Amino acid sequence: MSDETPNPEKELSEQNLPGQRGDHGEEVRVQRGMFGAQSGADTSGYGGLVRSIRLPGPATRPYGGWFDEVADELEGALEEQGLLPENAIEKTVVDRDELTFHIEREHLVRVARTLRDDPALRFELCTGVSGVHYPGDKGRELHAVYHLRSLTHGRLIRLEVSAPDADPRIPSLVAVYPTNDWHERETYDFFGIVFDGHPALTRIMMPDDWQGHPQRKDYPLGGIAVEYKGAQIPAPDQRRSYS
Amino acid sequence: MTTPHASPRETTEGAVYTVTGGDWEEVVQSAAKADDERIIVNMGPQHPSTHGVLRLILEIDGETVTEARCGIGYLHTGIEKNLEYRTWTQGTTFVTRMDYLTSFYNETAYCLGVERLLGITDQIPDRASVIRVLLMELNRLSSHLVCIATGGMELGATTIMIYGFRDREMILDLYELITGLRMNHAFIRPGGLAQDLPPGAVDAVREFVKTMKKNLPEYDKLATGNPIFKARMQDVGHLDLTGCMALGATGPILRSAGLPHDLRKTDPYCGYENYEFDIPTADTCDSYGRFLVRLEEMRQSLRIVEQCLDRLEPGPVMVGDKKIAWPAQLALGADGLGNSTDHIAKIMGTSMEALIHHFKLVTEGFRVPAGQAYAAVESPKGELGVHVVSDGGTRPFRVHFRDPSFTNLQAMAAMCEGGQVADVIVAVASIDPVMGGVDR
Repeated sequence: MSDETPNPEKELSEQNLPGQRGDHGEEVRVQRGMFGAQSGADTSGYGGLVRSIRLPGPATRPYGGWFDEVADELEGALEEQGLLPENAIEKTVVDRDELTFHIEREHLVRVARTLRDDPALRFELCTGVSGVHYPGDKGRELHAVYHLRSLTHGRLIRLEVSAPDADPRIPSLVAVYPTNDWHERETYDFFGIVFDGHPALTRIMMPDDWQGHPQRKDYPLGGIAVEYKGAQIPAPDQRRSYS
Repeated sequence: MTTPHASPRETTEGAVYTVTGGDWEEVVQSAAKADDERIIVNMGPQHPSTHGVLRLILEIDGETVTEARCGIGYLHTGIEKNLEYRTWTQGTTFVTRMDYLTSFYNETAYCLGVERLLGITDQIPDRASVIRVLLMELNRLSSHLVCIATGGMELGATTIMIYGFRDREMILDLYELITGLRMNHAFIRPGGLAQDLPPGAVDAVREFVKTMKKNLPEYDKLATGNPIFKARMQDVGHLDLTGCMALGATGPILRSAGLPHDLRKTDPYCGYENYEFDIPTADTCDSYGRFLVRLEEMRQSLRIVEQCLDRLEPGPVMVGDKKIAWPAQLALGADGLGNSTDHIAKIMGTSMEALIHHFKLVTEGFRVPAGQAYAAVESPKGELGVHVVSDGGTRPFRVHFRDPSFTNLQAMAAMCEGGQVADVIVAVASIDPVMGGVDR
């Protein structure tokens, strides 16, 4: 073997390194090892691997397709109202052909009203709220996600608003989209997000005297072990997880 | 924990909460002072005409409903929470049970969401998409049949009930032939289908279409022009376009207000852009209009089913990506459908790699890149949306269903207040809520 043979171990130029995920976006989880083993029983040699799992980060212009048009119109309309777009829109994410505006919570109602009423935007239909709990996203643990549909223009966008666990308040959109009445009650019931200005924010699914908010990640699933063909099968949240 | 509105009182059975404080005293006193004719009626949660465990709280003055509210949550089963503790594939087994009358829509919406997260939307084989459309349109028929049948029964029209369930039975037989189950199929899976159509399925569906074409006009003859039916339905449960938009009502309710909005046309999925069908509308904004819209939608669904049969080409029904496609091969054994013994023998006996691969995919599942996606389908009740979030793991991080029954049921108060008690039944029937979907 001659000395000229390149040794891949020594080549540390950029192109010879394994693919790295960018450090953009929000870190939602740190994954250790490769096979989800958590008890130290991973003998594969990959046990020391540390990877951070990140949600897609902010996009840069152009966003592509009609996304730019919507973003321009929204920013323009907010400016007209004397609101600096960068104060209201925390970031814009384009991922999997979907457009997401992350909105500062204090400006949510104004943004939603603009999206509904501006003739160039006209998002008439709100398909409700979906709560998501990211315990690892410090200071922004609770997210409320709204999908708005424009029947006039045939478009769909997503608004995302976050609130910290310590102050789980998000303004209510019932005044703009009355359909959110039950949806916000549901999200309050399951996540404990308090929608300020909701006409009657009470539990909707769980009994009135229920304690805790079941869809939060710190709320256990519960369940009991069952016997199947002679073996004890643990409750679903006690089974091995590979995530 | 104490909340300002419910202080606990210790009993032998544990803490009992009584709603007190706030302005309750005033509410009770003003209620006591009110007119003697004012009565609060609790309809349900167990009542034959409330479509399952729906509780209607009606304040009535004589025969007039002055206020109407819904109490829901009696059928909440925590499906969304449970999904977070199962693999992505196991999820279909749960979502199919939500709105149990529109199983295939729940499955398809969920799978479209997962596929969008995986970025494999374009790789779904044509045959799988055609069969998905076929099953969904059969499902639209069976769901509308139940709506019309139970709606008729609530009016006292038992003949239409018998007709509806007679025809739905034929569709359930088709489901049984194709998926093995009459309900809760879990047949549509991320990446495609659990298995291909069994032999004889196409002929059976063709036979059904023939029979159904003969049976559909019977509903017309029986109900459409029937003066009693019209008298009970017309101008009842009124909700105009403005109301629909504000309350987020979609599906037949929106189309009965004259707007031909249908996601199959505006935002096609599963190749709906390749089918020919019309979006029926009515301009009456009432229960009768919704009945007519549903009836016409059934005719259109039959049209689509026929086109599906013509479009079926032999081919795979699962994506080619072996890191996602469910590895099991199903075969009919002595004790029913199960893993094919040939396939098991092959992976156990000849290929260690195939065995590992099978084991990993089945026990661990596939990983889905972190991110979120929204997929929506036009279910018989309206826009069925799924918001799926992945944190890069083998289990969903969060799945939220925007069930049309849940959203549409909010319109109950707007439709019923100021009307007669008897009309509440008609209005609720025209919303067609299924509590499995409302409460999830």
